[in-house]
Amino acid sequence: MGKPFDFHGGVKPQTNKAQSTREAIAVASLPSQMVVPLHQSIGGTPHPLVQAGERVLKGQRIGAADGNVSAAVHAPTSGTVIAVEPRVMAHTSGLAMLSVVIEPDGEDAWLPLSPSNYHSLQGDEIRDLLRDAGVVGLGGAVFPSHLKLKAGKDKRMTLVLNGAECEPYITCDDMLMRERAQDILRGGQIMRHMLGADTVLIGIEDNKPEAAAAMRAAVAALGEDMQVVVVPTRYPAGGAKQLIRSLTGIEVPHGKRSTDYGVQCFNVGTAYAIHETINLGRPLISRIVTVSGNVERPRNYEVLFGTPMSHLLRLAGAKPDTDRTVMGGPMMGYLMPKPDVPVVKATNCVIAGSRALFPPPPPEMPCIRCTACVDVCPADLQPHEMYWFARAKNFGKTQEYHVFDCIECGCCAYVCPSHIPLVDYYRFAKTEIWARERNKDAADQARERFEFRTLREQREKEEKAAKLAVKAAAGRQTAEKRVVPPAPPPAAPADARPAAVAAARAEGALAVTADAAPGAAPSPDPKKALIEAAIERARQQREAIAPKNTENLTAAQKAEIVEIEARRAKIRERARTHDEDARQ
Amino acid sequence: MNNSPYIRKPASIQTVMLKVLLALLPGVAAYVWFFGVGVLINLVLASLAALLGEALMLKARGRPVGIFLADLSAVVTAWLVVLTFPPIAPWWLTVSATLFAIVVVKQLYGGLGQNPFNPAMAGYAIMIVAFPALMSQWPHGGLGLAAQLDLIAGGLRDLDAITGATPLDALRTGLRESATPTTVQQVIAGSPAFGLVGGKGWEWIAAGYLLGGLWLWQQRIITWHLPLAFLAGIAIVSGALWAIDPGAFASPLLHLVAGGTMLGAFFIVTDPVSGPTTPRGKLYFAAGAALITVVIRAFGAYPDGIAFAVLLMNICAPLLDMKNQPPVFGHKDD
Repeated sequence: MGKPFDFHGGVKPQTNKAQSTREAIAVASLPSQMVVPLHQSIGGTPHPLVQAGERVLKGQRIGAADGNVSAAVHAPTSGTVIAVEPRVMAHTSGLAMLSVVIEPDGEDAWLPLSPSNYHSLQGDEIRDLLRDAGVVGLGGAVFPSHLKLKAGKDKRMTLVLNGAECEPYITCDDMLMRERAQDILRGGQIMRHMLGADTVLIGIEDNKPEAAAAMRAAVAALGEDMQVVVVPTRYPAGGAKQLIRSLTGIEVPHGKRSTDYGVQCFNVGTAYAIHETINLGRPLISRIVTVSGNVERPRNYEVLFGTPMSHLLRLAGAKPDTDRTVMGGPMMGYLMPKPDVPVVKATNCVIAGSRALFPPPPPEMPCIRCTACVDVCPADLQPHEMYWFARAKNFGKTQEYHVFDCIECGCCAYVCPSHIPLVDYYRFAKTEIWARERNKDAADQARERFEFRTLREQREKEEKAAKLAVKAAAGRQTAEKRVVPPAPPPAAPADARPAAVAAARAEGALAVTADAAPGAAPSPDPKKALIEAAIERARQQREAIAPKNTENLTAAQKAEIVEIEARRAKIRERARTHDEDARQ
Repeated sequence: MNNSPYIRKPASIQTVMLKVLLALLPGVAAYVWFFGVGVLINLVLASLAALLGEALMLKARGRPVGIFLADLSAVVTAWLVVLTFPPIAPWWLTVSATLFAIVVVKQLYGGLGQNPFNPAMAGYAIMIVAFPALMSQWPHGGLGLAAQLDLIAGGLRDLDAITGATPLDALRTGLRESATPTTVQQVIAGSPAFGLVGGKGWEWIAAGYLLGGLWLWQQRIITWHLPLAFLAGIAIVSGALWAIDPGAFASPLLHLVAGGTMLGAFFIVTDPVSGPTTPRGKLYFAAGAALITVVIRAFGAYPDGIAFAVLLMNICAPLLDMKNQPPVFGHKDD
């Protein structure tokens, strides 16, 4: 099968892949300390399951998935947990996140493993196994795999295994395909089973003939109906959207699930991890990592998560002029805040960088609208227009020009003759838009809360008014029966004034009062009658209550009152003279 | 620099502009061959004026002078001014046109990348309005170096002795100003300005520009849209007029090789800064410029209309881009 489709744009930077494919994958030695961040995938941060001082076995779950959009984290080796605390994570920001720090005991003793037969499991059972084994996309996006492994509803599904690996320097998928092709396909069998996919396409760039040959041989050996498709080497041929387009002609728009278009794409490393998890019962605790760049012995290593990158750089022999550590490739990679951040699930490559390897860009010049960026954009965007809009902080326009369809592949910045860091402008626009949306959401929530509160208060008032109106009406009826009320009805006194006020308010507010008081007098305006009744009753009650205070007092009490009044008079007098003094 | 990509293609504005200058060389060589070295002198003068004007303005605007002079965009503007001007134009005409292009049209609008109008064409337009006679005096083939130098230095012009007319000019004059009704064929037969298919010598200059332009396309400095649409537009519009009355209108072939058609197609309508950037926008832009060019040539008061056509279309460029945004990945059915 040839190359049926193509994607627009792309660039051909120096691949720099040959250096790290000369030798077979080596197992990286155990470091003296491992830092396993709990948050290593898209979605919720797993809860720690261990405490400092606890002994853990290799493969033991140390972080439980937080909900379904999350993936568990495991101890990469046996040893002692020495801390559960925030540590600087493998991200340019240098922010710290909760991590489990393990001191290996050197035994590397596995937890008892329980392999499964996927044929005998339900889809949900396999998905739970994958989530709890911490399987996420190993191409770099680290999206929890179990969420993507659902059969299409009414579409014939195509499974795409991504072995294109288009970023310069990175060869971990290449080496994995060369050395463990059959196991990748065994993972692919499980994925095909879960997706109900009738077509399986394995996309590999034509600069990896050994990997393509190994995969073809594995397909033949397993007798699987899968096709290896070789695509031309052109960055970013391995972008999921680009590869899907190259192999199937389907364009999955931004923000849409590819399942809805009848296709699902996984990295070959993820397929391998699924094989390990289901068929062998091993959770995801390691991956293949390319160590390259400014090092003496570029090579691929099988690395346990939590291993400091500096440990790998030592193994590969970083040269003395190394001044930075990059995770990922030079096109989309991230600068690490320091070399000893841990290898995580997203770490496909660690590059020792230097000034000579990644020279600082020449000074930024103005955009001359040459459209070199348009020619290379694999998302068919107008990068120069988005740049002008982002620069002008016209974020609405950047969105209109589909800034969120930008995959940040870096092709535009790579070719720009003005050396404009274009991707930075799009990242800036995106984060600004997100921030504004968050602010707007917060403001919307606050407004909703306020409106709800106002509504609730009003409703309470109305209900109270209605209740009181009913009572008032009842009271008036009793009052009508009695000629002269000798004393106020026992229930009323304290409520009298509020009742009057509420009733007065109720006049303008609601018809509820009228409905709620069906027993009221059949006067032409029942509301008004009710209010008048309430006011009248309140007045009577005030009159009735007021004198009560000083009636029936003992002689001693009366004398006390007189005394108090005299004292008050004296104070008032003194205050008045004081005021006059002050005025003079 | 903290963010990816950490590698860059070795490309710069300087390389782009240098390639444009290189691409102009075959046309310039043919120019010198047929009209003498006057054009070279004007090229040097205009380049110096452009660099000086740019430097002063950059200084005044507080911008780094060195990197912006080194980008060579001012030199490209200067060369385009000179190549649209008569090679024996007096030095002050070329220099002031170049300074106007650089200082007013480019720098006052914000410098490199900011000008809404094509600077060279604005320089041409203002001078042909102000000095129509000087702007249409081309030397005849045999004018020597000393005579050309004298004219450029501002020497007196004995028009009959020094000048021939450009083919388009000869055509205009022949058709409109002769006492008796004349056909295109009669004008061509009666004037020494015409050669094989277009103006004498002009065919070769046009071929030189075509060669350079194709190389620019091969180098991916320009896309095919603008030149092709411009040339096709010229051919179709002039062809339609010619079909209506071959006696009153010149043939499409003459239009294609005469005047600034080839220079315009590959070096002027392709100016990225003042032109459109979308594929469809480019097609409309070039077709519109071609239409206006032929209309001015056939009915207007000026022998050639590319400058006005390009300036008019510059006004439309932002709108053309806005209305012709190509579909984005995954949104092609929207």
